[in-house]
Amino acid sequence: MTTHTSTAARGGGNSSAPARRPRQSPRRSSGLPDWVVPYVLLLPGLLVIAALLLYPLYQIIDMSFHKVGLAQIKAINPRPAEFVGVDNYTHIFESDLFWPSLRNTILFAAVTVALTLILGTLVGLLLNKLGKKMSMLVIVGIMAAWATPPTAQSVVWKWMFDSDSGVVNWSLNLVPTWLSELVFGVSDWSGHPWFNSTITIYFVFVVMVVWGAFPFIAVSVLAGLKSIPSELYEAAQMDGSGPFTTFRKVTFPLLKPVFSVLMVLSIIWDFKVFTQLYLLGGGTVNRDAFNLSLWSYAEAFSNPPKMGIGAAIAVVLTAILMVITFVYVRQIVKTEDDIR
Amino acid sequence: MNDGLTRKRLGRAALNGAGIVVFLFAVFPVYWMVSTAFKPNDQIFTTEFIPFPSPPSLDHISRVFTKGVAGHSIWQYLLNSAIVAVSAVVLGAVFALLAATAVARFRFRFRTSFLILLLIVQMVPAEALLISLFTMVKRLGMYDQLIGLVVINVGLTLPFSVWMLRTFVAAVPKEVEEAAWIDGASRFSTFWRVLFPLVAPGLVATSIFSFITTWNEFAYALTLINDQGKYTMPVALQFFVGQRSTDWGGIMAASTLMTIPVLIFFLLVQRRMVSGLVAGAVKG
Repeated sequence: MTTHTSTAARGGGNSSAPARRPRQSPRRSSGLPDWVVPYVLLLPGLLVIAALLLYPLYQIIDMSFHKVGLAQIKAINPRPAEFVGVDNYTHIFESDLFWPSLRNTILFAAVTVALTLILGTLVGLLLNKLGKKMSMLVIVGIMAAWATPPTAQSVVWKWMFDSDSGVVNWSLNLVPTWLSELVFGVSDWSGHPWFNSTITIYFVFVVMVVWGAFPFIAVSVLAGLKSIPSELYEAAQMDGSGPFTTFRKVTFPLLKPVFSVLMVLSIIWDFKVFTQLYLLGGGTVNRDAFNLSLWSYAEAFSNPPKMGIGAAIAVVLTAILMVITFVYVRQIVKTEDDIR
Repeated sequence: MNDGLTRKRLGRAALNGAGIVVFLFAVFPVYWMVSTAFKPNDQIFTTEFIPFPSPPSLDHISRVFTKGVAGHSIWQYLLNSAIVAVSAVVLGAVFALLAATAVARFRFRFRTSFLILLLIVQMVPAEALLISLFTMVKRLGMYDQLIGLVVINVGLTLPFSVWMLRTFVAAVPKEVEEAAWIDGASRFSTFWRVLFPLVAPGLVATSIFSFITTWNEFAYALTLINDQGKYTMPVALQFFVGQRSTDWGGIMAASTLMTIPVLIFFLLVQRRMVSGLVAGAVKG
């Protein structure tokens, strides 16, 4: 290698460490040719992804065009599924559950994503301003909320909103009767049910998911804020910029990539929430409260199972999500090319 | 006393006040869960507000262990959850480390395609694959067996693990490995003795993330397991909810026990998790 020799010559002696690392690794002790190695390393993971994510994805699309019931999913001698064309799709688009569950899915995601991002950002900004001890306390507190498993979250919130012994109804009873009457139209909250109507189920659902999700946004925003050099803020202050203008002109533009990632992640998460809705709504009993993933589950695992219809709903859900997140993938792929 | 100083103090007080409000909002439900777990029934089923159990009772905690729910002590469910989560994490860690090394250390033809594939499969909602994975598991005879859940959780957590782990592999300076090469180490011992110890903290963080995901997983555990003795903790929880009344003390005791390991892990890896999630996503 010419570079190597020339460096050594200029150095004038034999330094024990090579001055320049050779581009090609010098020795091979295993028999594998160089170009094969990454593929060998990749193979097991790729097989797992192919078998457990790509094939099922293909299969779910395939199933959505077939009639799949009990006879087709038996372990022994399953009968071949009958091809029904787009029947499953026409069935779901004509179903009176389609618009309500689509509306629930989209409205829930929109409201929850917006609230989570706003609250999370505000708390992130607050954490950045607080003193050391205070911010530590708040971080530990929000960690507790974040760490609570979705199933535990659901039962705790259900308990807090319990009609008879729930702490929420107790505290709402503290509101003076005339005020409560004026604002909520309810004078006595004792025994007030929260899980009978879709609206109130979704109210609890939104509050609960925001509660569980804002800590992640807050901590991420805080990490982003810490990476902004303080000179920028000093300069802004010297130019007489107020806190709001500083956020709009300095903080937000610099954290824009962080915000866009957080937003897409939140959309992905909130678009398909299953566990919490299943537990809050009491399984598949309350059909008005379905979102797309719960509806898909309810059709596929009903008695008798209608897997083809469930599959079609899952395909619709995935397609919507793909369209929304396409922009994100493209943006990342673009940056990917610039790196290394 | 000058005006600026007072205003500064007021501002500080307002900030601290806001901090306390956020703290209370975040912590109260968790506190309420724990406090209910330690209350005797007459302090639970009441319209009064009882801020903390007086005196605290261990009835519910000991009851969920001895009498249990759905015919089994919750030891059984905690054990099932732990078996599934630990097996899935160990298997997943091996696959993820190999794949992450490939994409972080080598330039090869389909590298970018693989990375795009990783992103795309992360967009596919796990709930959407429920139906086809259910039929697949059934056909393979793994229905109603913990092994089925293990396999599926490996698949569900792998794309994210690779995505997160590759930033940790990339952070290890290449020169360290090259030095080992020059000293005549084989490919395997370079990987095992040089790269692995340096990536280990990142691997731990990634594994903990997968552990939490698997430990909390509900939808698949609900559909793939029928035998009550094989329930995982999240599924067992809902059996405290009775037809007419709910055993709130028992369910809160079980929820508390289920949350403890997650909380400990969370506090351990909190910092790395955020950097892995955001950095991995932003920088690509």
